[in-house]
Amino acid sequence: MCKTYKQIVVLSGKGGTGKTTISSAIASLLSNKVIIDCDVEAANLHLTLKPRVENKYDFYGGKKASIKQGKCIECGICESICNFNAIKNFQVNPYECEGCGFCYRVCPEDAISFELQLTGRYYKCDLHDGSKFYYARLEPGETNSGKLVSELKEKAISNINESVKWVVVDGPPGIGCPVNASLASADYVLIVTEPSKSAMNDSIRLIGLLRILKLRAGIIINKSDLNEEVCKAIEHYAFLENIPIIGRLPFDEQVIQSLREGKSIIDTNELYYLKMKDAIKLLKNEIRDHKNKLVEI
Amino acid sequence: MWDTLINVERGQELVISIASGKGGTGKTTVATGLVQTIENCSYFDCDVEEPNGHILLQPSIEQTEKIYKPVPAINSDLCNCCGKCVDVCEFNALINIKFDIVIIEEMCHSCGACQHYCPHEALSMRRKEIGELRKGNTGNGVLFVDGVLKIGEPSAVPLIKKVIERVKPDVVNVLDSPPGTSCPMIEVAKNSDYCVLVTESTPYGLHDLVQSVDVLKALRIPFGVVINKFEDAFKDIVDYLEANDIDLLMTIPFDRKIAEAYSSGKIPAIFNNEERNKFEELFKRICSKVKTTGAEVV
Ligand code: SF4
Ligand code: SF4
Repeated sequence: MCKTYKQIVVLSGKGGTGKTTISSAIASLLSNKVIIDCDVEAANLHLTLKPRVENKYDFYGGKKASIKQGKCIECGICESICNFNAIKNFQVNPYECEGCGFCYRVCPEDAISFELQLTGRYYKCDLHDGSKFYYARLEPGETNSGKLVSELKEKAISNINESVKWVVVDGPPGIGCPVNASLASADYVLIVTEPSKSAMNDSIRLIGLLRILKLRAGIIINKSDLNEEVCKAIEHYAFLENIPIIGRLPFDEQVIQSLREGKSIIDTNELYYLKMKDAIKLLKNEIRDHKNKLVEI
Repeated sequence: MWDTLINVERGQELVISIASGKGGTGKTTVATGLVQTIENCSYFDCDVEEPNGHILLQPSIEQTEKIYKPVPAINSDLCNCCGKCVDVCEFNALINIKFDIVIIEEMCHSCGACQHYCPHEALSMRRKEIGELRKGNTGNGVLFVDGVLKIGEPSAVPLIKKVIERVKPDVVNVLDSPPGTSCPMIEVAKNSDYCVLVTESTPYGLHDLVQSVDVLKALRIPFGVVINKFEDAFKDIVDYLEANDIDLLMTIPFDRKIAEAYSSGKIPAIFNNEERNKFEELFKRICSKVKTTGAEVV
C-alpha cells in the first residue's frame, strides 16, 4: 500500500523550549491528522488537547528476574555472573536489574523466574475535531521508554486510514534511545529551539543525530527576541548546515499564562496564530520540496 | 564568585541530586546556584545526552577520558553459526543471517550472556567507545565533572555510572540529573542522599512533578521541591505539596531578566544578594532534612 501521509516529528533536544506548545498549535492548525505524544516520561499534550480516551492498552516493557526463595540453595552463581550488581544476598533489586536473563539461564536449581513486567499504558483517543490522538504513560521508575515509544507509534500508524495526510509526533527530550524510537519512519523533523546557549548546544547535538539517520529538518526559533546575539548564531549555524528556519516566535508571557489556564496559545494570541500559520505554510512547502528532490535523484 | 560561602565541615559527605520530570524547568540553574553557595563542593553533570552545566559554570577542562562499554566480537574461525548467542540475547543485539552472526552494538547492554553460552568460545568482549568524561575546575574551587554521550549512542546509563563514580568523599556533591522518570534519572537519584525536584508553575509542571514524586517515594530517597517561574495565582502545585506533606524548599519568580541571563549563559552572575541568600537558605534546609530523615532510617 502506498503511504498517503507525511510524518513530522517535533523535537527539541533540550526541554522547556516550547516543543509541546508548538506541537499543540500545529495539531490544531492541520486537518486530516493523527497526533502522537511520544514523550512518554513527561506526557503533557493531553493536558492541552483534552482528548476523550477511546481505548487503553497495557505495555509490557521487559522482563525482570526474581529469586524463588524456597528453591534457592544459595550457591551464589547468579550473583557472580550479573554484570549489573543487581543480586545481593540472594535477592534481585528490581531497580538494578537490567533484564538480561543471564541469572535465570545460569541458575542450576531453576530457582529464578524471569517474567514480563507491566510497566506502562497507552491510550487511543478522540479529539474534538474528530481526529485521533495517542499518548502513553510509563509507570514512574520503569525503564525501556524507547520500546514504549515504538509500540505506541506502531499502534497509531497501523490504525491510519487513507484520509490521513499528516502524522504529528511530539517527541521526547535528549538524543538517546526514546528519541531514536520516535524518529522511526519520519519524513521531516521540526526542531524547536530557543536563543540560549544551552538550547543551541543541544540543537547542534540533535542535528548531529539527524545527520547520522539521514533525516531532513527545519527549525523554529521560539522566544526569538530573548537574545539577539544567540538567535543570530543559531541562524548562522542553520545556514551553514543548510537547514531552513521555518518560523520565529517572540517571547511572550501570555504563552505561560494560557498554559496555566489550559488554553492553546493560538486561541488567545492573534500574533502567535498568524506566525504559526505562516510557519505551517513554509513547513508544507519544505516537505513537498523534499519529495520533488527525491524524485529528481 | 560569591562572597559568602557556606562552610562545610570536613568529613561531611553529602550527595544532592537535582532532578525534574519535565525538561527546561530550571534544573541546571538551581544546581549551579547551589554549587556557588557551598565551599569545597563538586558538581557532576549527569545529563550526558545534553550536558549544559559547562555553559553556566565555564570550567577549565583539565582532563578528558574516553569511556567504553564492552560488546561482543566474533572470531569467525571458531564460530559455526549455531545461534546459541542469538537465543540468549534478550536485547536482540545479535542476529543470525544465514551464515553470519551480526552484532548490533548499539542494542547491546553488555550483559555477557552471549560470551558465556557460546559453545565454541568464538565470542570475546571488546571495547566500544560511548562517550567522554571531562574533569576540570571552575576557578573558585568547584570540581567540575561531566559526561558527553557520543551522538548516536542510545543508552546513557553506562556513562552516567562513570560520572557518578567520580563522586568525592568528604565534600558536598551536586548531581545534575537528566530529565524524565526512567533509567537515566533513576541512576542519578538512587545514588543521592537527597533529591531536589525542580518544577514550574504550569499544569505541565505539576503533572510531571507528580510522576517524579512517585519515583522518589518508590526509591525511598528523601526529597523536596523548588518551584521555578513561580506564579502566586497558580495554586495547584502549592496545594498538591500541602496535601501530600511535601517540603517546598524555594520559589523562583517568573522573570524575563532571568530568562535573558540564562540565554547568554550568565545565570549565576545575575543573582543579587537576596537570591544568594535564598540559595544559602536552600542548602541549609537540605542539610537539616538529610540529618532528620537520616536519623529516622537508622
Ligand atoms: S536478569 Fe540480568 S541484570 Fe537482572 S538480575 Fe539477572 S543477571 Fe542481573
Ligand atoms: S553482551 Fe548481552 S546484550 Fe550484548 S550481545 Fe551479548 S547477550 Fe546481547
